[in-house]
Amino acid sequence: MASFFNKGFGRKRESASSERIPPGQYETHDFPVLTAGPTPRIPLTSWTFVIDGLVKTPMQWTWEQFNALPQTSFMNDIHCVTKWSKLDTHWTGVSIDTLLEHINPSPEARYVMAHSYGDYTTNIPLDDLRNGKAFIGLNFEGKPLAPEHGGPARLVVPHLYFWKSAKWIKGLRFMETDKPGFWEQGGYSMYGDPWKEQRYRTDD
Amino acid sequence: MEKFQWQIAQVKAITQETPRVKTFTLQLPQWIPHVTGQHYDLRLTAEDGYQAERSYSIASPPEQTGEIDLTVELIDDGEVSSYLHEGISVGDPLEVRGPIGGYFVWKDNMANIPLLLIAGGSGVVPLMAMLRHRAKIGAKNPTVLLFSVRTAEETIYHQELRQLADQDAQFTLLLTYTRQPPPEWSGYQRRIDRPMLTDVLKSFTSQPISFVCGPTLLVEQVANTLVDLDIPTDKIRTERFGPTGA
Repeated sequence: MASFFNKGFGRKRESASSERIPPGQYETHDFPVLTAGPTPRIPLTSWTFVIDGLVKTPMQWTWEQFNALPQTSFMNDIHCVTKWSKLDTHWTGVSIDTLLEHINPSPEARYVMAHSYGDYTTNIPLDDLRNGKAFIGLNFEGKPLAPEHGGPARLVVPHLYFWKSAKWIKGLRFMETDKPGFWEQGGYSMYGDPWKEQRYRTDD
Repeated sequence: MEKFQWQIAQVKAITQETPRVKTFTLQLPQWIPHVTGQHYDLRLTAEDGYQAERSYSIASPPEQTGEIDLTVELIDDGEVSSYLHEGISVGDPLEVRGPIGGYFVWKDNMANIPLLLIAGGSGVVPLMAMLRHRAKIGAKNPTVLLFSVRTAEETIYHQELRQLADQDAQFTLLLTYTRQPPPEWSGYQRRIDRPMLTDVLKSFTSQPISFVCGPTLLVEQVANTLVDLDIPTDKIRTERFGPTGA
């Protein structure tokens, strides 16, 4: 029994997927949008994706070149720090493992700063992007990813809170030490594990 | 770094704002002054340990010390909002932590900059905190609230907004009714659109900072139109809620 509880409050929706919902989260079938400012407009003709920092071979791709990379289908549950979780989302995109084959990270590279159009940034440990854990999403539920959800291309790191899945991604910078990104500077968690409920820095 | 510790607040008052919106005044054992625009997390716990959390914007200004007002819209099938609306009475305990948020905030160093607030429905809540605080500190910056509502009955803080507008020549309240305007209404009665935003921007002699809060579709359209109308993206701060409609 909980030491503090709200009289008469109880679980309203019992669902078979309850064990897939992290603590403090609820399941939604919508796809809410959270962005600090206007949705950036990114013409595909000027879109580029850059990997730099502590890598042996920095790389830049155009939209055409990036789309020519091998693409994979992914199915994931996603968890937003604003409390909603969405189960069984379907994506296609380019695995970060595929990108790593091109750029050869330096041995001292341990963290990555994701950079977006609109100047958003977020930090992620490199190990959390490897081994099938993360990808650059280009299609969502069979359609090109909509601008308000981060299209044309979005980083997707489904096992961390969704702010780590930077919308309108334009590059990854490899770093030796961890640095806070946009929300992290504002007091949000450096890591953001939904299963440990690491919402804010003081939860780390 | 502020510590976001859970604390047990006591419900001091409940105000029915509209048929589907109530304000809960919570007395906090550890009250921290907030910046307007910030929110609190609220957590409900069932006797079997099941928990549900939601974030709610603070409606009160930091001058209202020791307590916060959280204005909550009843969401169909919303397990937290329905419990708050139907299961909570004055005197009951509620677990909260905050204040949280560092971007959608109106800081005191913005008090001299023209301010454009745009809300849809319950998106007015964090903007109300800004307006209340602005009135308390006696800021004289030209300020407009463009507020999209369905009907007069569903207009949150209607009386207070009118009073603020009557008392302050620098504050303009612009309502637009999307369903049913009140009788003899001569103002806007449509969704916020480009001509409306063009008009509103013309009333400013220098470029305002904008805060836009409401349903996703409204925020998307308003923010995109403001960009079209040459407002720099770093002067537009947004907070979206609800489904995309897509």
